[in-house]
Amino acid sequence: MTVFAALLVGLIFGFGLLVSGMASPDKVLGFLDLAGAWDPSLALVMVGAIAVGVVGFAVARRRTVSFLGQDMKLPTSERIDLRLVIGSLLFGIGWGLVGLCPGPALVALGTGQVKALAFFLAMLAGMGAFELLEHRKSRLALKTS
Amino acid sequence: MTIDWNAFTPGAALAGGALIGTAAAMFLLFNGRIAGISGVLGGLLRPAQFDATWRLAFLGGLVAAPLLYSLLGGHAGAHIDAGFGVLVTAGFLVGIGTRYGSGCTSGHGVCGLSRLSPRSLMATLSFMAAGFATVYVVRHLLGS
Repeated sequence: MTVFAALLVGLIFGFGLLVSGMASPDKVLGFLDLAGAWDPSLALVMVGAIAVGVVGFAVARRRTVSFLGQDMKLPTSERIDLRLVIGSLLFGIGWGLVGLCPGPALVALGTGQVKALAFFLAMLAGMGAFELLEHRKSRLALKTS
Repeated sequence: MTIDWNAFTPGAALAGGALIGTAAAMFLLFNGRIAGISGVLGGLLRPAQFDATWRLAFLGGLVAAPLLYSLLGGHAGAHIDAGFGVLVTAGFLVGIGTRYGSGCTSGHGVCGLSRLSPRSLMATLSFMAAGFATVYVVRHLLGS
């Protein structure tokens, strides 16, 4: 049941990206181009998403298990550090270069384009590099302790 | 700043945004999880992996969305302008950046802001600023 829910959520999320224009790199770059002919549409995607999201999160806050009996896995970290900021800046540069962030990259992959596949594989490599670096760091920490 | 009113699609943006918000709320209320795409995908690369099924189902839904959307009569083609060198560089930056930053447009931008997290606000401001700056440099300083 949770797997079916995850599939359905993925589909609805993908439809949202397609309907809103977020899945179109041209549209995204038009939004990020403040100095050119600016297309403010995507600001409204955030407005629409957060307006609904706020309600969902308000309901979720009062629960310890989900409607399907799963533990609520909410983020616990509130730390604002260099890691968060530099990671987000690197992500923003990549986003601005092509106009794809992770969700739209997966939707683009589903359109079967080779360019989308190249972006997706490079994104996986970036995530893999993070795991390797983190793994090495935790091993070093074990050795020195 | 000039606004391109011809490209402005407020109705579609709001409706699509509401669908995204609905998906994020459903994922939380049914699966107890944050619908952060980079986190769901990156979690698959963790050495100790035991929860791959729901992750793959969620990502599979995203990948299947354009096919179903075009079967229903929608336009699902995404025009990618960038060349392969830029694509690979950008993809790598998005991958490593979202994992160090613990989230992307969905996890921080939609879910984090929906639960009023200052950490997510900081992340969102950072990647938006970098996105604006990058497009400015590429389009107006380098003039491509």
